[in-house]
Amino acid sequence: MTADVRRCDFAVKARNALQDPKLRANFRRAMDGLMAKRATQFTDPEEWRALRARGAEARVRALAKLPELLERLESRCTANGITVHWAETTAEANTIVLSILQEAGARRVIKGKSMVSEEMHLNANLAAHGIIAVESDLGEYIIQLAGEAPSHIVMPCIHKNRSEIAALFAWKIPGQPYTENVDDLTAAARRVLRGEFAGADAGISGVNFAVAETGTLVLIENEGNGRLSTTLPPLHIAVTGIEKVLEKLEDVPPLLSLLPRSATGQPITTYVNMISAPRRPQEKDGPQAVHLVLLDNGRSRVYADPELRDTLRCIRCAACMNHCPVYTRVGGHSYSFTYPGPIGKILTPQIEGLDCAGDQPHASSLCGACAEVCPVEIPIPKLLVRLRAEAVEPLSGAVRGGGSARSLIESWGWRGSTLVFTSPLLYGVVARLGGWFGNLMPGWLPIINRWTSVRTKPHFAPKSLHRLAREKGYDHE
Amino acid sequence: MTMNDAAGTRARILGRLTAAPRRSLPAEPPPGTPVWAPPRHGAARFTRFRAMLEAARAEVHEVTVDDWPQTLRSLLIGKGVSRLLYAPDTAIGRRLAALPGAAEPPTLIPYDRPVEELKPVLVNGVDAALTTARCGIADTGSLVLWPTPEEPRLMSLLPPLHAVLIEETALTDSLSDTIAAQGWAGAMPANLLMVSGPSKTADIEQTLAYGVHGPRELIVLVIRS
Repeated sequence: MTADVRRCDFAVKARNALQDPKLRANFRRAMDGLMAKRATQFTDPEEWRALRARGAEARVRALAKLPELLERLESRCTANGITVHWAETTAEANTIVLSILQEAGARRVIKGKSMVSEEMHLNANLAAHGIIAVESDLGEYIIQLAGEAPSHIVMPCIHKNRSEIAALFAWKIPGQPYTENVDDLTAAARRVLRGEFAGADAGISGVNFAVAETGTLVLIENEGNGRLSTTLPPLHIAVTGIEKVLEKLEDVPPLLSLLPRSATGQPITTYVNMISAPRRPQEKDGPQAVHLVLLDNGRSRVYADPELRDTLRCIRCAACMNHCPVYTRVGGHSYSFTYPGPIGKILTPQIEGLDCAGDQPHASSLCGACAEVCPVEIPIPKLLVRLRAEAVEPLSGAVRGGGSARSLIESWGWRGSTLVFTSPLLYGVVARLGGWFGNLMPGWLPIINRWTSVRTKPHFAPKSLHRLAREKGYDHE
Repeated sequence: MTMNDAAGTRARILGRLTAAPRRSLPAEPPPGTPVWAPPRHGAARFTRFRAMLEAARAEVHEVTVDDWPQTLRSLLIGKGVSRLLYAPDTAIGRRLAALPGAAEPPTLIPYDRPVEELKPVLVNGVDAALTTARCGIADTGSLVLWPTPEEPRLMSLLPPLHAVLIEETALTDSLSDTIAAQGWAGAMPANLLMVSGPSKTADIEQTLAYGVHGPRELIVLVIRS
């Protein structure tokens, strides 16, 4: 999958999704459920404001000191016995993971849920080298069986309902009868994956927070698959974006409170797994070797712009997509790339380039729901507007593909409208012309049709409000 | 990839980050923003701990220093547990092994060898395991497990039932307080775990299902003071 074939296809995919009643019902039900669950968690507005301010402060501080903290993380991890690797691109990260696995002679890998590994297309890359990677998060396992990509960053198979999953299991899992009973489906996955865990040569996971102070990788989950992937196999490889670092261990509790409450409305996840070292002498279990791969993939470019840097605060709770009126209607696959929804709309164009995903910042009504629920106060609407502007008139050159949407006709059009709206004489003339001929203008004219294809063409009044007022005897004021 | 490449990659990433304009440390939160403080539960600590765990579908039982082995045994027998994984070199492990009638079911299976030598037993051959918890956090109903060579990590993960013994005096209000009071930052074990219920998933139509990978049941025995 290359970026080229997926460029700027949001509108087409969204239109198809909008016409799929099953998909829309699946998302509507799921998003309504997640919003209601989150709402039960933040009933005290004072607590929400205080906790959120503390969470945002920890993330902003970590980003302000990012280069130092990454070095501290590296030295603490190394001292603890964790091997740290740096990757500028997803290709480099794939090469690093592959060489670690090859060196260990690993053929079968069990995976905990990791969006960064999705970003890397890690499974496909490993498969190309004869290494089988099995997803163990139930949602990820389901979409791996279906050969699909996640449609939500927390609930990857949210686009599927139980009858689709029942049919998939009956088809793909040997000896599995068709059943829509969720307990039975879950038990079937447990049975298959137990064997995979026991036979895996290595486990691969993501990271929720990497604590520089102690060299600790914090992973949260409900299923236990993340713990199994990082505990049972002899080798553990964690992949993470460079922005996930926190300065101190004491920064973990407020974020650990914000993340699951915002994501799924739980006070805490079932498991919080803090990994600081491989198996120590005398210990009976745990991986003998732990590797941490720090992936840049455009993040240091995002970091270069002090305003857009706020994109990197994200702790991947998905509250923004759960509350987004656009995401709820079109689903995650319409966004083509790894991170859908509002956070994806600001992250993807910066990573992939505005020339590739420049349509995404426009897929928003700027209603502001995302910013309202963001637990680390990312000003998403402000950044959407900034990226829209970058696409036509780059401010700093920091954004890849900046200026790629500039069109001569459009910029003349705006220049013309500036003129009209700053000259009373010209405004008067144009308003009259509009009143006389506006309704004769066909909706299919180029440029105008971009508006009229999805909206009713406005009706021009024969007389402007200005003129009506004057005729009624009101004067200027 | 050669060492040189790796060093170059690291230098380029850090170079770009260092060259980026510095932004001053976070401004004070806007005036009027309340200051976050970790939650306090005072006298209601145990009640909160119990309620939070039960809300996550864990079982909480009050026991005494003297009667916990008997309580545990009858609970396990009631649940049809026939093989109990235990840590033979811990105080509670020795207590279990010394119990009159220790030869009767549930059979005690010691975790006394590295996982490599015990894998089939651990993965599919035990029904339950008993561990201690270092402390319990009332705010979220979380057990803090601090695995040791004597009490390894997988005990709380592989068997379908996990029983935990904890003293009421080890309950704290919040994670924040605990990290500070116990000085975790200077003493992190290789793996520290917080467990706040049985293993669960809601990946299929947001319907809760238990025991997807980890224990299906979590039983917490609190030694009341």
